[in-house]
Amino acid sequence: MAATQKKIPVTGAGPFNGVLTWVDQRFPLMALWREHAAEYYAPKNFNFWYYFGSLAALCLVIQIVSGIFLTMNYKPDAHEAFASVEYIMRDVPGGWFIRYVHSTGASMFFITVYLHMVRGLMYGSYRKPRELIWIFGVVIYLALMGEAFFGYLLPWGQMSYWGAQVIINLFGTIPFIGEALAVWIRGDYNVSDATLNRFFALHVIALPLVLVGLVGAHLMALHEVGSNNPDGVEIKKDIDPVSGHPRDGIPFHPYYTVKDMMGVAVFLIVFCAIIFFAPEMGGYFLEANNFIPADSLKTPLHIAPVWYFTPYYAMLRAIPPMFNSQFPGVAVMGAAVLIFFFVPWLDRGRVKSIRYRGPRYKVFFTLFIISFLILAYLGTQPPDVWGSFPEGVPVVGGGVVGAWVARLLTLFYFAFFLLMPWYSANDQEKPEPLRVTY
Amino acid sequence: MTAIVQDQVDEKRRRVLLIATSAAGGVLAAGAVAPLVASWFPSARALAAGAPVQADISKIEAGQQITIEWRGKPVWLLRRTPEMVQVLEKNANAGFLTDPQSKDSKQPEYCKNTERSIKKDMFVCVGVCTHLGCTPNLKKEIGAASDMGADWPGGYLCPCHGSRFDLAGRVMNGSPAPINLEIPPNRYEGDAIVVVGEDQSKGG
Repeated sequence: MAATQKKIPVTGAGPFNGVLTWVDQRFPLMALWREHAAEYYAPKNFNFWYYFGSLAALCLVIQIVSGIFLTMNYKPDAHEAFASVEYIMRDVPGGWFIRYVHSTGASMFFITVYLHMVRGLMYGSYRKPRELIWIFGVVIYLALMGEAFFGYLLPWGQMSYWGAQVIINLFGTIPFIGEALAVWIRGDYNVSDATLNRFFALHVIALPLVLVGLVGAHLMALHEVGSNNPDGVEIKKDIDPVSGHPRDGIPFHPYYTVKDMMGVAVFLIVFCAIIFFAPEMGGYFLEANNFIPADSLKTPLHIAPVWYFTPYYAMLRAIPPMFNSQFPGVAVMGAAVLIFFFVPWLDRGRVKSIRYRGPRYKVFFTLFIISFLILAYLGTQPPDVWGSFPEGVPVVGGGVVGAWVARLLTLFYFAFFLLMPWYSANDQEKPEPLRVTY
Repeated sequence: MTAIVQDQVDEKRRRVLLIATSAAGGVLAAGAVAPLVASWFPSARALAAGAPVQADISKIEAGQQITIEWRGKPVWLLRRTPEMVQVLEKNANAGFLTDPQSKDSKQPEYCKNTERSIKKDMFVCVGVCTHLGCTPNLKKEIGAASDMGADWPGGYLCPCHGSRFDLAGRVMNGSPAPINLEIPPNRYEGDAIVVVGEDQSKGG
């Protein structure tokens, strides 16, 4: 709202009208409130999938608050880090709760973000004019991966240590500069106190600032162009001439704030159930090896990243070394994440939502989701989880069944993106409705 | 003062000034970032900790391996039995090694031989898998005595992704590791002391 416009006093039933008016004359309080809540018109046909955006934001808040309190007792020092985490768990009043909130929160954050991304893919929420929302979102996803990776080193357990070792060595495989780059990232010839200290700085201040900024940009871009919906039709095309608002839109507040509160309640029930009954989640949220202090001379028998990285880890393992270098696998892994950036321009479909897509898109999309899930499972298991092909079966490139399945699934994963310009342009789509359905 | 009228503005000059100011600011910003980037390189203390280490090898028996720490990495000192040394020559010609002559692998010139060591029996090797940095385990029994199958020539198995190496740290075909294990610079002081991290030429 322009500063020159005369502001009307805040009115309402509350006792704070005077105070609010005083503030509003000096700060765009009511304008912000109206723009982002009371008069932000969102499509009225949001469904279950639309919970996960606000839940991801809730996760960010939970992680920041619990993280602040963890830093009050945590010591980012290779000699003290492991013991300080155990101190938090055993001696700090309620420390175990704060720590489990943070460790469970990390996994829940990724669950909500993954579901949020699936929603975006299903309903074409990345399509024009929402490309930039999607790009901010992918950058948030990248920052979140970095945040999780840096944070995972901090407890300084065996899995922290060797996980960091493996991931930093991924950079070491980059031709020519790799070796020097890995030393630069570690600040030492090995993962050491210097590495721990800088990862702490990145985890508690650098990346959280970046994340909060990006979430702000994500929301500002969203509120500029308006939300997509499960039908993928633009509600702004049908404006009620009397009210000037979209006919199929309802104000975010109170309608969706109330809906999201319902989602928050269910989410917190699940969250608390995990914290109180299964904080380690059978080794998926907190790995057993991480209860052993880091030992640079002894690698754990089986190294697996936390579940949210395992699809990419499975791809990395599936790609054999080429030209005496491990780099091709690393490149495939990187490409698998970065390819999300290009989705808005790869999709040539005439409709946005999966509801009106043709069979070809549905087949590729289903294969993509299944591939992602099976790769995630394979990444948590040892390479030979499904054994080897029987002796005598001619297989090129090693006879490990799991590796070949992972290669096939990696192919499906990339096919979804790289073939999209063709299958999405030549598909038997159904006609989109003129207005949203529900 | 009269207000500046639009047609008096020299747009071209203004653009030149804008570019020049941005460029100068960019150079300054890059200069300010340089020390921050530099601070991530190993500190003087970390560099000092990377100094050579000595180990007494006189008490290592044939077939026994000890692990010492150099630059925070495990370094194996394996005293190979005559049988273990013999099998290395055979491995080199058996065709299951990816780089039998260690052409693409990292070792000092004086260790670029079949045994990949200065003394045939004493194997000095960085115990870090060339795949992604885990520590392989010693599976020293040869053949059926090992739990690796009857054709196992003795060697190392990486627990992370199953890379296999022979007793000279040479990678076997089908392993995810691309090259042989790294041999660090090393030299001997008499028969009993090995110095890891220093080349043979230096006072050797």
